[in-house]
Amino acid sequence: MSEIEIKLPSDPKFLKIIRGGISHISEICGFSSEESNAVTSAVDEAASNIIKHTYNGAKNKLIIVNFRILEDRLEIVLRDFGEKVDPETIKSRDLNEIRPGGLGVHLIKSTMDVVNYDNSFEVGNQLTMAKYLPGKKEK
Amino acid sequence: MLDVKTKSQDSIAIIEIDGEVDLYSSPALRKALLEMTKAQNKAILVDLARVKYMDSSGVATLVEALQQVSKYEGKLKLANLRDAVKNVFELSRLDKVFDIYESIEDAKKSF
Repeated sequence: MSEIEIKLPSDPKFLKIIRGGISHISEICGFSSEESNAVTSAVDEAASNIIKHTYNGAKNKLIIVNFRILEDRLEIVLRDFGEKVDPETIKSRDLNEIRPGGLGVHLIKSTMDVVNYDNSFEVGNQLTMAKYLPGKKEK
Repeated sequence: MLDVKTKSQDSIAIIEIDGEVDLYSSPALRKALLEMTKAQNKAILVDLARVKYMDSSGVATLVEALQQVSKYEGKLKLANLRDAVKNVFELSRLDKVFDIYESIEDAKKSF
């Protein structure tokens, strides 16, 4: 297993660092350009959601992102220490409804094979996402 | 940083965006689009040729502008989407909501 960890403040100006990291790691994992773009988008949306909803726009809070290249999958874990989010309330929006906002969760769920929200920590939340490596997806 | 330039050609307000549109930079795009919709520009064309990345906040900004434009019966069209940006619109099923053109010339002819 290879693991890379990035710790960064919850300031939107640092999102590009996360995107740069995941884009490069996706390439290393052998994902196509299209898959790599989609994974990058999913991780960026997840981090943006932490900034917007968990930290309510505060720029000086901590976000920890772990990228793990496992035997069969690329796993990304985002940890925050903000307001607890009820996983039941995190839903993709109805795409027939044309309105600004609410697309982030849809972009995450439509790209990643595993999306698991965990708010059982004493403080904060953890989102674990994974995408199976090319040719490794479970039948 | 996101570079947003606006110009007028043949009665069409053209907005050229250069950079990555995300939670950090989308307010700059929103500001430029809101100025255009407040001025009730009837024909707005967004050139995305130099946009390598767009997140849901960027897409939401364009949806908001589209809704504003439709209130005064104007048109907002998009041109020159790169594959990565096109994929976000397709995944969101917004490729059927926006008028999207392969080139600026094609988009200009359509107004």
